[in-house]
Amino acid sequence: MALKTETMVLNMGPQHPSTHGVLRLELEIEGEVIKKVTPHLGYLHRCFEKHAEAMQYNQVVPYTDRLDYLAAMGNNFGYVLATEKLLGIQVPERVEYIRVIMAELQRIASHMVAIGTNGVDIGAFTPFLYLFRDREYVLTIFEETCGARMLYNYMWIGGLSHDIHPDFVRKTKEFVKYFKNTIVEVDNLLSYNKIFIERTANVGVLPADTAINFGASGPVLRGSGVKFDLRRDDPYSIYDRFSFDIPVGLGLQGTVGDSWDRYYVRMREMEQSIRIIEQAIDQIPEGDVQSAIPKRIKPPKGTSYARVENPRGDLGFFIISDGNTNPFRVKVRAPSFVNLEVFGELCKGHLVADVIAILGSIDIVLGEVDR
Amino acid sequence: MYQFFYDLTGNVIISTIAVAVVPLVNILIVALIGVYLERKVSAWMQDRVGPNRTGPLGLFQTVADFVKMLQKEDATSTEIDRKLYNIAPVLVFAGTFASFAAIPFSKHLIGSEIEVGLFYILAVSSFVVAGILMAGWASNNKYSLLGSMRAAAQIISYEIPTAIVVLSMVMLTGTLSLTQISEIQTAHFWNWYIFGGPGLALSKFLLIPFMIVGFIIIFISTLAEVNRTPFDIPEAESELVAGYFTEYCGTKWAMFMLAEYGNMFAVSAIVSILFFGGYQSPFGYLGNTLGVSWLIPLEQVGWFIAKGWFFIFIQMWLRWTLPRLRVDQLMSLCWKYLIPYAIVNLVIIGIISLL
Repeated sequence: MALKTETMVLNMGPQHPSTHGVLRLELEIEGEVIKKVTPHLGYLHRCFEKHAEAMQYNQVVPYTDRLDYLAAMGNNFGYVLATEKLLGIQVPERVEYIRVIMAELQRIASHMVAIGTNGVDIGAFTPFLYLFRDREYVLTIFEETCGARMLYNYMWIGGLSHDIHPDFVRKTKEFVKYFKNTIVEVDNLLSYNKIFIERTANVGVLPADTAINFGASGPVLRGSGVKFDLRRDDPYSIYDRFSFDIPVGLGLQGTVGDSWDRYYVRMREMEQSIRIIEQAIDQIPEGDVQSAIPKRIKPPKGTSYARVENPRGDLGFFIISDGNTNPFRVKVRAPSFVNLEVFGELCKGHLVADVIAILGSIDIVLGEVDR
Repeated sequence: MYQFFYDLTGNVIISTIAVAVVPLVNILIVALIGVYLERKVSAWMQDRVGPNRTGPLGLFQTVADFVKMLQKEDATSTEIDRKLYNIAPVLVFAGTFASFAAIPFSKHLIGSEIEVGLFYILAVSSFVVAGILMAGWASNNKYSLLGSMRAAAQIISYEIPTAIVVLSMVMLTGTLSLTQISEIQTAHFWNWYIFGGPGLALSKFLLIPFMIVGFIIIFISTLAEVNRTPFDIPEAESELVAGYFTEYCGTKWAMFMLAEYGNMFAVSAIVSILFFGGYQSPFGYLGNTLGVSWLIPLEQVGWFIAKGWFFIFIQMWLRWTLPRLRVDQLMSLCWKYLIPYAIVNLVIIGIISLL
């Protein structure tokens, strides 16, 4: 007698400990093997793009904070760059330096969450808390500078909301010095942990051509061995003045482009961010951070597109101006959204436990996926 | 212990109840301290403070939690298999509770001096699997089902290496009684089986490396049997929410927790009896030196509890250090490594014991 069998549909999320927010995954499983994954989005949709049309240009900045809420500085950066392009403003040197330092500090803070949560998903709770403890240092620096710990509204069109705190340089140097030890500690605890490697190496292998075809960016693309970083390949702001490497996945523990590579790229990127901060921190020129802020923002008709290398990838802002005080259209190219597309491909044939490991290594932020 | 109560009261019913209540209270205490210690140990390891508000050093935190849990509404889904759903936590708890009956806390403080104590504990602790499967099936929740399937596969597989190591110890000692195994390892710590057992023959020194291998195998496999990290895949929080007890709350959930911490102590006790002398003191007894005979049982209980908590501490230490394995890796660890090594170990120990 032939046994009647059928696959089981498991709804993972939107309330689930490790879907990183309100992502809902519809898993079609046979036993524990994944047959198909369908991500369902929209639980955090806030109409950001439509909302921006009803705002003046400078009023949109706080809303960009809420896109990728773990990397709000980077979002501010992308939006103000696009608007400044539209207006044709050149910001002072001091502003450029502070922006770059802030963006790199933010990258470290964001990668800390990404690495920590990736570890928690696999069951390692302790490195997560070590990283969160150290993230406090960065958040304290931000708080002293602009008063907010997460959603900063710090970078304004043509300048910054506040000048840096008198202690900023000292504290940043202290943090950079201290944080190098944490990287070593986390490497020992998690990166080279046998069980962690077993769980992530050769899991969710993303070949380079697939990654490019899907438009993946950031650590997901670099994890597949593609050396592409906007800070190097399409330099914005003053990134061309600093020397830093672009870490790529090498398949040290398995295949190039597996979950471990994506994780490892983030670890090494934090070191490169430290290098950039160390170069920039002593060169901050004197000046006024608000001198270039226009009194009335009314760009001429036209379009502009600016993209920045956010912790999660290539974040682009496309703005159409019809000559009014409000943008006619704002379109965001959200890296998390694009990277999530690959997810279904990666999971096929893996086990339920791997879904979590892969999702953690892709590192999405739902605020950006749904906008 | 039954005899003691019977001599004291002269009543069969009272002494039976007394014998039954002692392990129950014991499990409660173990769970209360265990949960508190888990929080504190994890806090120390993670650079946090841990519970420190309820009572001195937060000592009453777990008591407060327990009271909260008792007061909770027993919220259940309408789509459950109610009978199985209600029996499951009782069954899981019963397995743990029953195994406490044969654990000797001192030479005389033992629920029931069964001749086949070791065998009995292995048998009743597999009871838990049935309860877990029931819980997973009756909850009518896919996470619970997956969790219980994982748990059943895991616990049954890891019983094999445990049993093989136990078998090698039975071969050496020639007894299944936990009290007798402890009695053999008396006097000093070099008589413990981890150091090759009593006597000073050549075989003692030959045994030491294989005893260490045996200890490692049984420690790993008992860790898996009580579903602790790195083998906590049946209740893997980040994957299956809470595994087989996802749908449980309040008192029933508390029973699963009691069983978990009770089991932790039970397996620590077995490991310490087999390899670390059980209730035996490592340096001889103060009671013997001072000539105070009633001090000896107290010392024995103290040593036993200390050894048990030491292994619980190691379990916690591992939990907060290591990530979690995947189902297939867990199975291959058991079938490809632990079981072959355990069998080889068994054969070698057999040969040495013939020398």
